[in-house]
Amino acid sequence: MSKKRPQSEVSRRKFLAGAAVTGAATSASVAKAGTPPIGAAKIPTVLRPTAQQIALEANVDVEVKPEHGRPGSDFMVDVIKSLDIDYCYANPASSYRGIHESLINYGKNTKPEFITCMHEESSVAMAHGYFKVTGKPQMVLCHGTVGLMHATMAIYNAWADRVPVIVVGGNDLDAARRAPGVPTYHSGQDINAMVRDITKWDDNPVSLQHFAQSFVRAYKMSMTPPYEPVMIALDGGLQEEPMNEHSGNLYIPKYIKSAPPHADTAALRDAAKLLVNAENPVIVVDRMARSQNGVNLLVQLAELVQVPVVDQSNRMNFPNTHHLNQSEQAQALIRNADLIVGLEVSDFWNTVNLFIDNGLDNGFGARQSRVKPGTKLVTISSAELNQKSNYQDFQRFQSVDISMVGDAEASLPYFIDAVKSASSGDRKAAYEKRGEAMKKAWTQSHERSRQTAAVGWNAAPISVPRLTAEVWAQIKDMDYSLVSSRGGIGAWPNRLFKMERHHHWLGGSGGGGVGYGLPASVGAAHANNKLGRFSVSFQGDGDMMFAPGAMWTAARHKIPYLSVLHNNKGYHQEVMHVQRMSNRRNRVANLGTVIKDMGPVGTRIENPDVNYAKLAESMGWWATPPISDPAELGPALKRAVEVVKSGQPALVDVVSQPR
Amino acid sequence: MSVLHNVCKVAALAGCLILGQAAAHAASAEKGKTLFMTYGCFQCHGTVGQGGNAGPRLAPNPLPYEALANFVRTTNRQMPPYREAVLPNEDLADIYAYLQSVPPTPDYKTIPLLNN
Repeated sequence: MSKKRPQSEVSRRKFLAGAAVTGAATSASVAKAGTPPIGAAKIPTVLRPTAQQIALEANVDVEVKPEHGRPGSDFMVDVIKSLDIDYCYANPASSYRGIHESLINYGKNTKPEFITCMHEESSVAMAHGYFKVTGKPQMVLCHGTVGLMHATMAIYNAWADRVPVIVVGGNDLDAARRAPGVPTYHSGQDINAMVRDITKWDDNPVSLQHFAQSFVRAYKMSMTPPYEPVMIALDGGLQEEPMNEHSGNLYIPKYIKSAPPHADTAALRDAAKLLVNAENPVIVVDRMARSQNGVNLLVQLAELVQVPVVDQSNRMNFPNTHHLNQSEQAQALIRNADLIVGLEVSDFWNTVNLFIDNGLDNGFGARQSRVKPGTKLVTISSAELNQKSNYQDFQRFQSVDISMVGDAEASLPYFIDAVKSASSGDRKAAYEKRGEAMKKAWTQSHERSRQTAAVGWNAAPISVPRLTAEVWAQIKDMDYSLVSSRGGIGAWPNRLFKMERHHHWLGGSGGGGVGYGLPASVGAAHANNKLGRFSVSFQGDGDMMFAPGAMWTAARHKIPYLSVLHNNKGYHQEVMHVQRMSNRRNRVANLGTVIKDMGPVGTRIENPDVNYAKLAESMGWWATPPISDPAELGPALKRAVEVVKSGQPALVDVVSQPR
Repeated sequence: MSVLHNVCKVAALAGCLILGQAAAHAASAEKGKTLFMTYGCFQCHGTVGQGGNAGPRLAPNPLPYEALANFVRTTNRQMPPYREAVLPNEDLADIYAYLQSVPPTPDYKTIPLLNN
């Protein structure tokens, strides 16, 4: 491993030279690792690179001479800064006081900047949302036991959504040195254990050099597809002990991004032969596009043989304005298909099978195949590279004809080449005919969606399509990003918004944990704001109440975005679960005896209604009172958009239909 | 005789019985609207039966009463069946009257926001 002398200062000449080196190194890295997500390169960097950054980008490790009296956490900050991390989302805690002080004083609270959060679940969700915009993992600091316990749900969401987050938990490991009482309650011998099943890698460094290796390794592993969160336990003693001669000669390992794994080329050739010869092929995608490059590649593949694409929408994979986007015809296409190619589909079993939760089969529900006998099934997925078994996010097992392990986006260039090689001119007319049929189907679907949206157009509470169309009317001329959509809005934005760019829709939570929408929106808006984009979120009312303190973080750190509250006053998924049980048992669902709710006991958020406007205003937001009249919605949204443009977050409370 | 044939016969018989009982009841759209909410139909189908992410459109122009009633009583699909012990025939008839009262939907081309 090559090493150079440390640079303690950066002259103007060296700074400029370093900048040139930075550019070259970035290009080389991109060439190796694929195009970064859109926007990743656009984030303005106003700070001079540190000596460590320059040296690292020149492809060498950085030596750091231990200085007597400097705390170990200063060196940790040097390591963190070498990775160009923008933010540290955190709720303060005693177990990481050493690095906290180093970050804000020694590190001058930049790269990363400390973002004050009011719940560790919010911290992780903000980092989750930020990554989806920038493709850059962020750091979360938390108290190692109780804070990490709070963070776990959001870590699971990130795990299931294939999103990297660098979680660092403070911990006072040494029982002989830590204070008795609360600090000891809040310590553990292996704090990482509680998140080991939902992180890709973790470590518990016991020296400063160990920290440097582990932090860079953790970052690297989190950024190799499948992207996943990682966890580092950070001993309080190690943070606070001064660097001395026992620290040895420290160095910061250079981070070089790993090239993503792609599918086997021989298997891709076999799949390509099936694709070019199929009469009714369909491509199904879910978390396929990690970047705009992924979207562009998928369009290229689909157009080669005019194959329809069904986007399951955990990312914006395929433009909804393209005639080959046939997501609305998913069931019919899958039923008639002779070939189904699944790209990073999180639940392929449920794509080709139907499960009905209707109490048949001794209460376990019924299973029906959605596909014809003989339909060929092909998959490319990186999920098999995850060697974890406790949590069941891998879904039911589905046998397929060609199974390829690898990252789908990284595999697409090879797949496209294989399809081009396998194509012969005699199928050209068939592809053109299929393309024409898809154009007609797309137009019919487009019109059908709008006619469906017209039903109940003037209803109060406001219908979900009306709500969606009113929002679209206000944002359609801006470079927008729909950062979150929950609470029964369903696919309406995918039908009524024009979604053509990767950032137009960031997808869902991953693990389905309620409480993601608000903080993830804040994190995504944080990133979009720097890119000059307008962020909008459909916010579920139940989701908002899990950790409303995230609103304060948005106001405190001047993160503007439009939050449209889908206020249906209930937990509607659960309404039907209770209703289903009641009906199955021939009982009338209990709506309450003293206070009559509009749904089974335990599923409603009413009596009293939450005053969301006061809640938001109390934390520095602009907000509207509840809006039930559809005629009032457009003007309210217009005012809110202007507020957001002025730099303040805004909440529009819409009393809406359940779903 | 196939199982499907038997199911159809039973469903048809059930429909006739429900229809007969409902005919004797003066159905009220106003009462039906209240029942549509309290039985929770609106949770999936929307307050005017427009449909949603969890349930199909029911109105305007609902299915013939026999077909709708048969489905409500006997469905083995995603929606749980509402048997008479849970939803009496008279209440179902009122709900149907409400669905029939929902006015027609305008052509989406006349709604500017749906032509953006």
